[in-house]
Amino acid sequence: MATTTTATEAMSEKKSNRDLVQAKLAKRHRSETTFRAVGLGAILIGIALVFVLFGSILYKGVPAFWQATLHLEINFDPEVIDIDPRPVQQPGQSAAEHLDNVNAWIRGLRRARFDRLVQSAIAAEIPAAGDPSETRNVYGLVNANARYELAALVEADPSIIGTTVPVALVANENVDTWLKGNIDRDLPQRMQQLSPEQQEWADALYDRGVIEMNFASSIFTNVDSRSSGATAGLLGAMVGSVMMMLIVMTVAVPVGVMAAIYLEEFAPKNRLTDLIEVNINNLAAVPSIVFGLLGAAVFINFLGLPLSAPLVGGLVLSLMTLPTVIIASRAALRAVPPSIRQAALGIGASPTQAMFHHTLPLAVPGMLTGAIIGVAQALGETAPLLLIGMNAFVASVPSTPLDQASALPVQIYLWQGNENRNFFESRTAAAILVLLGVMITLNALAILMRHRFERRW
Amino acid sequence: MKFTSLAALAATGALVATGAAAQTRDTIQIAGSSTVLPFASIVAEEFGNAYPEFNTPVVGSGGSSGGLRQFCAGVGENTIDIANASRQIRQGEIDSCGEAGVANIIEVKIGYDGIVFASDVETGHFELTPAQVYQAIAAQVPVDGELADNPYTNWNQIDSSLPDQEITLVIPGTNHGTREVFEEKVVIDGCESFDVITAMGDAGEESCLAFRQDGRVIEVAGDYTETLGRLDAQPNALGVFGLSFYEQNRDRLQVATVDGVEPSMETIATGEYPVSRPLFFYIKGEHVGVIPGLQDYALFFVSEEISGENSVLSDAGLIPLSADEREAQVEAIENKTNVSL
Repeated sequence: MATTTTATEAMSEKKSNRDLVQAKLAKRHRSETTFRAVGLGAILIGIALVFVLFGSILYKGVPAFWQATLHLEINFDPEVIDIDPRPVQQPGQSAAEHLDNVNAWIRGLRRARFDRLVQSAIAAEIPAAGDPSETRNVYGLVNANARYELAALVEADPSIIGTTVPVALVANENVDTWLKGNIDRDLPQRMQQLSPEQQEWADALYDRGVIEMNFASSIFTNVDSRSSGATAGLLGAMVGSVMMMLIVMTVAVPVGVMAAIYLEEFAPKNRLTDLIEVNINNLAAVPSIVFGLLGAAVFINFLGLPLSAPLVGGLVLSLMTLPTVIIASRAALRAVPPSIRQAALGIGASPTQAMFHHTLPLAVPGMLTGAIIGVAQALGETAPLLLIGMNAFVASVPSTPLDQASALPVQIYLWQGNENRNFFESRTAAAILVLLGVMITLNALAILMRHRFERRW
Repeated sequence: MKFTSLAALAATGALVATGAAAQTRDTIQIAGSSTVLPFASIVAEEFGNAYPEFNTPVVGSGGSSGGLRQFCAGVGENTIDIANASRQIRQGEIDSCGEAGVANIIEVKIGYDGIVFASDVETGHFELTPAQVYQAIAAQVPVDGELADNPYTNWNQIDSSLPDQEITLVIPGTNHGTREVFEEKVVIDGCESFDVITAMGDAGEESCLAFRQDGRVIEVAGDYTETLGRLDAQPNALGVFGLSFYEQNRDRLQVATVDGVEPSMETIATGEYPVSRPLFFYIKGEHVGVIPGLQDYALFFVSEEISGENSVLSDAGLIPLSADEREAQVEAIENKTNVSL
């Protein structure tokens, strides 16, 4: 009796277990599908956000690479450009005197009324624009630096005075905005940037093909400009960024790799090295602006290095990149199988020989990847640079790392703050595209190197 | 390999140490007011273009106070040569300059700028008086002859002629010179038009500048683009801008009249529009003759051709000096006249 009861109990228990499992199975399946759906949803949201981000930048930025450009037949009228021939060094004249004369000649040349030349060239197309009282209005169609571009032509070859030369001049930023429809054409005149005549002339010149949308090479060949937004370019910022990256590579990479090798292979394992390790990891998480403060205090105030210099920027970014390089290099060293070290040591190599002849060459691809990613991160960094004066307006290309310069991400920040929003909104997006392009290239290089040199065991 | 890289490191260190000492800076370094920045940048560029023998000066921002602090950091190559300011230098700043060895500060007035109130084009049009701005911004305002916590939430509660719009004011932060002018020429002016305040004496004036803390007054530390961004996010807000910035963005902003006068270059030049201020830059006398082109830059800045009528700067929105004033600036630069308050 007792046995049967237990048997039935056991049976019912068994049955109920089965039921229980079956009942739970549906729930388990459900939670499985929910989890997958949530995961998939997260990825989709991520992708959607990336698309929105890139989409909006591309939408705004790509048109900025094409800019309204005037193709004019400029007649270098000797009556307007009324200057003496370029001074020649006289015998008995010192080099300094000669230089002064040449500079005075250039100053005079640059002051000549090149705006009148532009006016007569445009008047050839639109006679109404030829009125002497309209010079300012007409000159407002081309970028404000056009006079200096024309002066540079004469400076390079004074014999063009008296001849007619086809010249391509980038249109004024407001003309570009108008032709691209970036400002509402139906707005009342008091809300427009161009005068009614300028609007009419711009449209007429565009219809006749005098104004064409050409590739905006000025973005890559010019330095930043405030007086002539249309020709503001990234050259100075790009050179500044390249200089900083070279400094990061020469400072952060060797120091970081040496530190990693020592810590990983030679350092005794004790409290001190533990402390160092923890601090390196912490340092990698320190907000970058803190490095800027440090840089301002140490390099500028204490060491007396110049403000806005790529050297200081490069050193600050090196400090910031150092932990990344150390961590990546240590990981690369750790990934080399111990058997290789042991084999080297076993046949009589010294620890240093085992390190440099065997372990290090195998770890180099991983270290390179770490270094490139560190450099790419440094390239996009803005905050620390603001504190060492790199957010200044610099209208020249730095020739040494001690010259004042800007940097790509800082230039984006500066353009974003430009008061001519209608024009600079798209210019900013274009600069972002350039920076993204450089970043993607660097990251692709890192991936390529990893694939090419990676060793598997 | 270890030794070579150590040697390279040492070499870099040596370069760092000697590089700064060996080279004389040949580029003028400027910092300061973000209102003056666009003007100064244009002049810097024109200067670089016009004078083949000098480099293009470098112009940084940081606000008037930030610029003057850098200016007063001392004398030497790693300090700036010129501080741009949208307000006059203070005695305290002259003192701290003096302590750091900057004894010769040359003040140059470059022109005038108007401060305007502007709102999103889509919203209501404002015709303000300083008193109304004060009533909108202060923490405590006179109500029925006594100071009480600011009861106003909509503009039309202050005056029925104002739009039925929630009060939100976007004003420049304390690092901006514009803030000081805004406080002096608008808020205090409006505040003291109330008898309750004037009867209270000094305490009254103090209460003028205590702004409400309920989120209706937003301080912006960045530049005017940030203020414009705020207006995009909160279309009901009223922002404080420089006239030149407004003129560049007339398709997005509509300007408010103050005391019935619409701000423009003409009304500001004649003094009809009440909220305007002179703009300055300060030259470090100790650097004149050391940094090449410093004096030439200053003279170039105040020349008729650059900052006079129908010049590049007046195109950019700077209101030119009168002929007498201009002459006084040229004299100050040539004689290195020390600033006197």
